[in-house]
Amino acid sequence: MENILVIKTFAQVREVSGEGELEFSLDAHKTIADVLLSLKAKNDKWALALDGTVICAKNQQLCTPDTPIAAGDEVAFFPPVTGG
Amino acid sequence: MYARIVTNDFSQQGLYDELLAQAQQEHAGAVGAIVTFTGLVRDTNADGTIDGISLEHYPGMTETALTQLAQDTMDKFALRNIGVVHRVGRLHNNEQIVWVGCCASHRKSAFDAACYLMDFLKKSVPLWKKEFAADGEYWVEVKASDEHAALAWLTPKEKD
Repeated sequence: MENILVIKTFAQVREVSGEGELEFSLDAHKTIADVLLSLKAKNDKWALALDGTVICAKNQQLCTPDTPIAAGDEVAFFPPVTGG
Repeated sequence: MYARIVTNDFSQQGLYDELLAQAQQEHAGAVGAIVTFTGLVRDTNADGTIDGISLEHYPGMTETALTQLAQDTMDKFALRNIGVVHRVGRLHNNEQIVWVGCCASHRKSAFDAACYLMDFLKKSVPLWKKEFAADGEYWVEVKASDEHAALAWLTPKEKD
């Protein structure tokens, strides 16, 4: 898992981006906000998927975009929840 | 205590019996009130009729978040026991979606706890609902009223 993050998406973010799970090179990305910027720049689908309110989680715990990340982390992006 | 994500339909009686048996094992004679809530799939939304829903979850995180919420609710309202079950996958109109049971010594705690858990489930547990209409499938948008319901619990600050 050296230098690799696992990214997961759910609901609208998954459908619009077209990618439910992907491996992502950590490289110079230090926070979740850095990852969001790179994903938005990846293509139009990702730009649209991450446009609007997106909730972030790191290793299955809710977090804010300024959260630091490290190799091996699981990072997830999804819309506000609507269960119940 | 139990907090489960399931695909199949559930028996309210079975869940109630399990909840009560657990409570009586640990707090025999101290359970004076049980409040249960069941959420069902409506056959309409604001735009017209629908043909069921589907619920997506984040395997692992959803179970953890639901368990945490159940534990928090039990602690906050000094419950004798709590159980919550939420279904995922494709559900048809009128099917059961969610069940909550709260055991307490007195009724107010049990009623309040059930409301609290449902308000925060709609805010903090990773579950996403999609509705199937005649002209397509639509993800349900967050309702402002649901946001306010959860926030209302945080507003009145108790002073010691």
